[in-house]
Amino acid sequence: MTETFYDVMRRQGITRRSFLKFCSLTAASLGLAPSFAPKIAHAMETKPRIPVLWLHGLECTCCSESFIRSGHPLAKDVILSMLSLDYDDTIMAAAGHNAEAIVTEIVEKYKGNYILAVEGNPPLAEDGMYCIIGGKPFVEQLKYAAESCKAIISWGSCASWGCVQAAKPNPTRATPVHKVPGLANKPIIKVPGCPPIAEVMTAVVAYLLTFDKLPTLDRQGRPQMFYSQRIHDKCYRRPHFDAGQFVEHWDDEAARQGHCLYKMGCKGPTTYNACSTVRWNEGVSFPIQSGHGCIGCSEDGFWDKGSFYERLTDINQFGIEANADAVGGTAAALVGAGIAAHAGLTALNRAKQPGAEKQ
Amino acid sequence: MTELTSAASTAPIYVYEKPVRLWHSLNALLIVVLSVTGYLIADPLASLKGEASEHFLMGYIRFVHFSAGYLLSIALLFRLYWAYAGNEHARQIFLPPLLKTHYWQGVFHEVLWYLFLVKEPRKYIGHNPLAILAMHFVFVWGVLFMIVTGFALYGEGAGQGRWQHTFFSSWVLPLFGSSQSLHSWHHLFMWLIICFVLVHIYVALREDRLSRQSMLSTIVTGWRTFKDDRPVDDESGA
Repeated sequence: MTETFYDVMRRQGITRRSFLKFCSLTAASLGLAPSFAPKIAHAMETKPRIPVLWLHGLECTCCSESFIRSGHPLAKDVILSMLSLDYDDTIMAAAGHNAEAIVTEIVEKYKGNYILAVEGNPPLAEDGMYCIIGGKPFVEQLKYAAESCKAIISWGSCASWGCVQAAKPNPTRATPVHKVPGLANKPIIKVPGCPPIAEVMTAVVAYLLTFDKLPTLDRQGRPQMFYSQRIHDKCYRRPHFDAGQFVEHWDDEAARQGHCLYKMGCKGPTTYNACSTVRWNEGVSFPIQSGHGCIGCSEDGFWDKGSFYERLTDINQFGIEANADAVGGTAAALVGAGIAAHAGLTALNRAKQPGAEKQ
Repeated sequence: MTELTSAASTAPIYVYEKPVRLWHSLNALLIVVLSVTGYLIADPLASLKGEASEHFLMGYIRFVHFSAGYLLSIALLFRLYWAYAGNEHARQIFLPPLLKTHYWQGVFHEVLWYLFLVKEPRKYIGHNPLAILAMHFVFVWGVLFMIVTGFALYGEGAGQGRWQHTFFSSWVLPLFGSSQSLHSWHHLFMWLIICFVLVHIYVALREDRLSRQSMLSTIVTGWRTFKDDRPVDDESGA
């Protein structure tokens, strides 16, 4: 019964030639040397296929939508055939109790040997009643599946950070996967983005399945190979930033010339993702290339950082819409007024003391 | 020190050694440069026309900001060394005598003085206790915060593997949650330091006229002169 990845691929009608192409492509996209392509091929020919259980919590399915549109159809086909999509409530054939039984079946059959991919996150308020799957709160299904998995992939900003449903005031207490209390202590790979880039998703799965270990993660748990640089660092409009050429209005000449969108609130300088290198839709474009600033969708709490069109973050603690300049400027003005008042009082006080001038 | 206190003379005392005075002037210059360039990085000047290859305005502004940041950090490191190597006044703002009652009485008296509730301030060879408090908690820690967050922001651009990233960005970024929050805090602390500078300059001018010892001339020469011959109130050994 131990099918290898290669067996599965051949059964799905993928030729050996395509298979080898995929191995080279994966090696390249993971930034590995050409010598790794045969190693990937060897691993896939010999290792038993690891099933991936893909759960959905509070989410919008944009991760799935992105994933199935992976730029290289080849990669997509191969990866999809590697995934056991027996349970993925968006695209699975089964329904109702039969579908729910599949989760139990995989957990029992592959104990400790399957990957748990989570799209979306569980709401914790009211015992998790804001997200019910098969009559039970999603948080219970998540904990159950996490108990005997090998590793967890947090797909997208929902699972990684919380995203829109966890934005203030977060009435349902939507909680990212790594913060769910009582969740089994398993390695978690965060693949943030709303949605994450398709090629990034497939590469992460390919890495996990072929090397049987986690890719190198940064301190925040994201694969370093895709999240170690900011959009800004590799943006093709960066020369305009350095030159001091900015779009000031959406319809000005600079906008037509494709100058830097920094002044329009582009979050490229504070966002870690691979959009400016990998791009989207088979490398066609990415938001900045389309003339709109980055909104920072792969960053923690990006919904709560104020307008997408302002550089400075809103500081909500002050009750009104305020940013660092408003708060700081007001403070400086108050201090200045205080100084003026104090100086006035001092002068007045001195004037009242007749002996003071002698000193 | 105790002999000096009991001597109770108006004789000038050499308080601030050359490195301390130099550090003070350098800081003043760097803070102005860093605040102006920092503000312009967050809120750039009007857009330039023409080809990108003809200009490097943001690049120069950022270069000045980073260079000034490096100078500020190196100067602080040197100043910390001088707190150890210099005279007792050189460590006053780094090691406030927070556990001494006399010190807090001094702080309280100084507050009353600024609230016009006492007729006369106390007399000090070094900084007054309130000044020590402000310089330690607002300035020293404020500048240290700016240096740490500044290097963390710099490390983001420098990239992984560079020491700025290894020693700063790698732990500061997760601490603040995101680069955006880190930028906001770095920006807010600029305003804190600007507020400090405003108050600092005002009280220096005011104390120069109203306190019992010299201020502005001491900044330049390092010598403290006194306006009366009564004993000083410095915490001994402070």
